[in-house]
Amino acid sequence: MGRHTCLFDLHVAQGARLIDFGGWDMPVAYGSQIEEHHAVRRAAGVFDVSHMGIVDLRGARCRELLRGLLANDVGRLNLPGKALYSCMLNPQGGVIDDLIVYYLDDDFFRMVVNAGTRDKDLAWIGGRAAAFEVKLQLRPDLAMLAIQGPQARERSAALLTAEAAWSVLELQPFFGTQIGEWFVARTGYTGEDGFEIMLPGEQAASVWQRLNAAGVQSCGLGARDTLRLEAGMNLYGNDMDEQTNPLESGLAWTVAFDPAGREFIGRPALEAVRAHGPERKLVGLVLDERAVLRSHQRVLVPGVGEGEVTSGTFSPTLERSIGLARVPVATGLAVQVEVRGRPLPARVVRVPFVRHGKPLISLVSG
Amino acid sequence: MSNIPVDLQFTRSHEWVRRSGDGTAEIGISDHAQQALGDLVFVELPEVGRVLGAGESCAVVESVKAASDVYAPLAGTVLAVNDQLRHTPELINRDPYGGGWLLRLRLQPSDTDTGLLSAADYGALAAEG
Repeated sequence: MGRHTCLFDLHVAQGARLIDFGGWDMPVAYGSQIEEHHAVRRAAGVFDVSHMGIVDLRGARCRELLRGLLANDVGRLNLPGKALYSCMLNPQGGVIDDLIVYYLDDDFFRMVVNAGTRDKDLAWIGGRAAAFEVKLQLRPDLAMLAIQGPQARERSAALLTAEAAWSVLELQPFFGTQIGEWFVARTGYTGEDGFEIMLPGEQAASVWQRLNAAGVQSCGLGARDTLRLEAGMNLYGNDMDEQTNPLESGLAWTVAFDPAGREFIGRPALEAVRAHGPERKLVGLVLDERAVLRSHQRVLVPGVGEGEVTSGTFSPTLERSIGLARVPVATGLAVQVEVRGRPLPARVVRVPFVRHGKPLISLVSG
Repeated sequence: MSNIPVDLQFTRSHEWVRRSGDGTAEIGISDHAQQALGDLVFVELPEVGRVLGAGESCAVVESVKAASDVYAPLAGTVLAVNDQLRHTPELINRDPYGGGWLLRLRLQPSDTDTGLLSAADYGALAAEG
């Protein structure tokens, strides 16, 4: 049996099918995963993401610690509440984890890390924090709800007092703010607008039910995966890991090489990759045949070489299969993917596939 | 809890068989199987006229989660397939024993000991996992 979030009993009561995710028993879907997906694209859905690790860092030298630890530069964060997406790298440039860090005060940052990498992350950060007199505190007392979709902000704000509602509706994208016991951030993993709310665990079940009553659909990790893939967002462990670097994972935009003097772990290795140019790249794939891309399928690039699908699924919005694949850097716009023993033609496209409910790729092949 | 009609026979690989009494039978996948697969998105069906051996792979049902082979529970010739599934595979999720049928077979007359399970035996198997 895996670990349970404080919403576990409610998931079971709502009829969720459960799967193991990073050692946690989590809901994959409550009914139809595709209907949950559409609810988020068209209105609003709520996800339990309390399995993710919330880590508070406190100390006068927090910023200095994080500037050496993360590939993106927290030196860019100068407005309280501002969030930054970053990879944390090993000395070889491999990705230990991808995470979000919030700048809350000069001596207070908050990080949200993946469930499956939490213990490894804590050991890695903890090994360096002492030298900077930074204290780490894991926050298992907090639950986290992601409310996503075009109606998500409005329907969430309706649960708050008028004054609190006003201040969360004023939040700019990628900012968070403390409202009493809640931390509300305008972030997410679906390609839609919405909030992620961190709140005391004992309040989570009643908030969830009030959201349901306000027309927010309960959604499982199944829909979360199809939504994030349509939004062209990477999943740690599928699309990048310790053996791959951000430059070959579609994450070059998250690596801050400027200023040149900032020494972060993995920088020399990435500089070396950059000097020669990466050998591989992460691309979006669309399959127009009636089949589904799945991770680890072989990608054949005639005259160039081979690659591998890192994430694949059926896109409910596009009604065909989409995926991400790591391929040789010289790969053009057409590849073949070996699906259940058959090589099928696939198109190489720019991600995201879908943004704010709208397809961003051509639905006509050729 | 999954639904297991008592008038059907089942296989260990989660297909169901509805014998018509005229030497033909309808084949589909069980409610337990569709629940485990989740939303179906594609279905590959055999050609009408194809001769199938018992246990032969005859169709593929693919969900958001995974692709799964469907095996012929009995030997026979494909008389008809459910063409509606090409555009509405979700019929299998909604109505696995009715509108979600996959194919109809003319059975080989020789089948005697088929190894098919009763609804009660299949229910016990499905409850295990």
